[in-house]
Amino acid sequence: MKYVCNVCDYVYDPIEGDPDNGIAPGTPFADLPDDWVCPLCGVGKEDFSPVD
Amino acid sequence: MSFKAVRVSDSVYWVGAVDWSIRDFHGYSTHHGTTYNAFLILADKVTLIDTVKKPFYPELMARIASVIDPARIDYLISNHSELDHTGCLPEVVAAVKPERIFASPKGIQALDQHFHAGFPIEPLRTGDTLDLGNRHLQCLETSMLHWPDSMFTYLPEERVLFSQDAFGMHLASSERFADEVNQDVLEYEAAKYYANILMPYSPLILKLIDTVGKLGIEIGIIAQDHGPLFRKSPDFIISRYAQWARRDMKRKAVVVYDTMWQSTAAMANALSDGMSASSVSVRQMHLAGSHRSDIATELLDAAALIVGSPTLNNNMFPSVADVLVYLKGLKPKNLISAAFGSYGWGGEAVRQIRDLLTEMGTAYSGDVRIKYVPDSAALDECYSFGVSLADQVKGAVS
Repeated sequence: MKYVCNVCDYVYDPIEGDPDNGIAPGTPFADLPDDWVCPLCGVGKEDFSPVD
Repeated sequence: MSFKAVRVSDSVYWVGAVDWSIRDFHGYSTHHGTTYNAFLILADKVTLIDTVKKPFYPELMARIASVIDPARIDYLISNHSELDHTGCLPEVVAAVKPERIFASPKGIQALDQHFHAGFPIEPLRTGDTLDLGNRHLQCLETSMLHWPDSMFTYLPEERVLFSQDAFGMHLASSERFADEVNQDVLEYEAAKYYANILMPYSPLILKLIDTVGKLGIEIGIIAQDHGPLFRKSPDFIISRYAQWARRDMKRKAVVVYDTMWQSTAAMANALSDGMSASSVSVRQMHLAGSHRSDIATELLDAAALIVGSPTLNNNMFPSVADVLVYLKGLKPKNLISAAFGSYGWGGEAVRQIRDLLTEMGTAYSGDVRIKYVPDSAALDECYSFGVSLADQVKGAVS
């Protein structure tokens, strides 16, 4: 499931991951490390919402 | 009043303010002052885009009044909610009583959280077109360029892009257009603005330039919120943005240091000599006289960041910590880095710098530490370290 950043609208897509920050493609949002932050605006996982 | 509006295109007037005196803009050194640009569109629906920093409210209103009774403003649009563009928004709303006020959805939240004023603001979203009667404004949200609320508005009939902070620079001038001012100063200040405000969002800049190209938006004039406007050569600043966003590098190193008893300074000199003897351009910046925002500017096209600090009470010098924390926030990409410093006993500074440079994601290539005062052998070591760093720079920049 995709998650969107409530602050800046960045969308975390588990198919793509976040390779620039060491997150491999295929990583579900729930498996992101606790210290992962939005690559655009820097807020934490708690500021993301699931996208239907 | 002496403040006049300046015509930008058929129906668009600049009605902003010139701040000649400001030298510290939230920690960014503004050697040339700045302007807060606001724009009045004399369409069927008279529209004001952005306002100015609060103390300049009378200047804004006087410039508006030089072309139209301010009470005739129908629409007010906030493209960016930061206080240098909204500081007098509540005063403008109270004086003008606009029929409708607009901002991006995140702009509405931010304005509410700034002013707690309770005036109704309507959302403009990407793809929306606001009908001004004989003119139209198209909206493109540009979240994180450079705040979540940021958006562009575009006037297709006159090909004017209102880009809020993007493409701006802190440069006060009596001239209103980029083609009328010293081009070297203009380019330096535009680069400084990019380095200090937009660098963290470089990947978004590249995407945005691509999006604007795909949308087929023809940009005749860029009307940004700071500095002189691009009426003749919008491509000049757009191509520079592409270059800075890609971080096109030169064979250049920035050596940033502070010193207590000139030992770390002597190391900086020897290391810099080694690099320049190997054909790498060096910008040496002693923190006693260099501002963090000027250092960020020099880094924009540099391949290496070399940081030196003495150890003071088991820590790096406070001035070095200041600049490193600042640069970390700007997220410069693809930097080679190294550290150096003189110390008496603990020598913790160099290790602390190494940790910060690594945390910043730079490619840390090593360090030199010298006890107390460097002798000629120690300075030779610094020189050789400079030569080896230069080789790495030349390897990274063809």
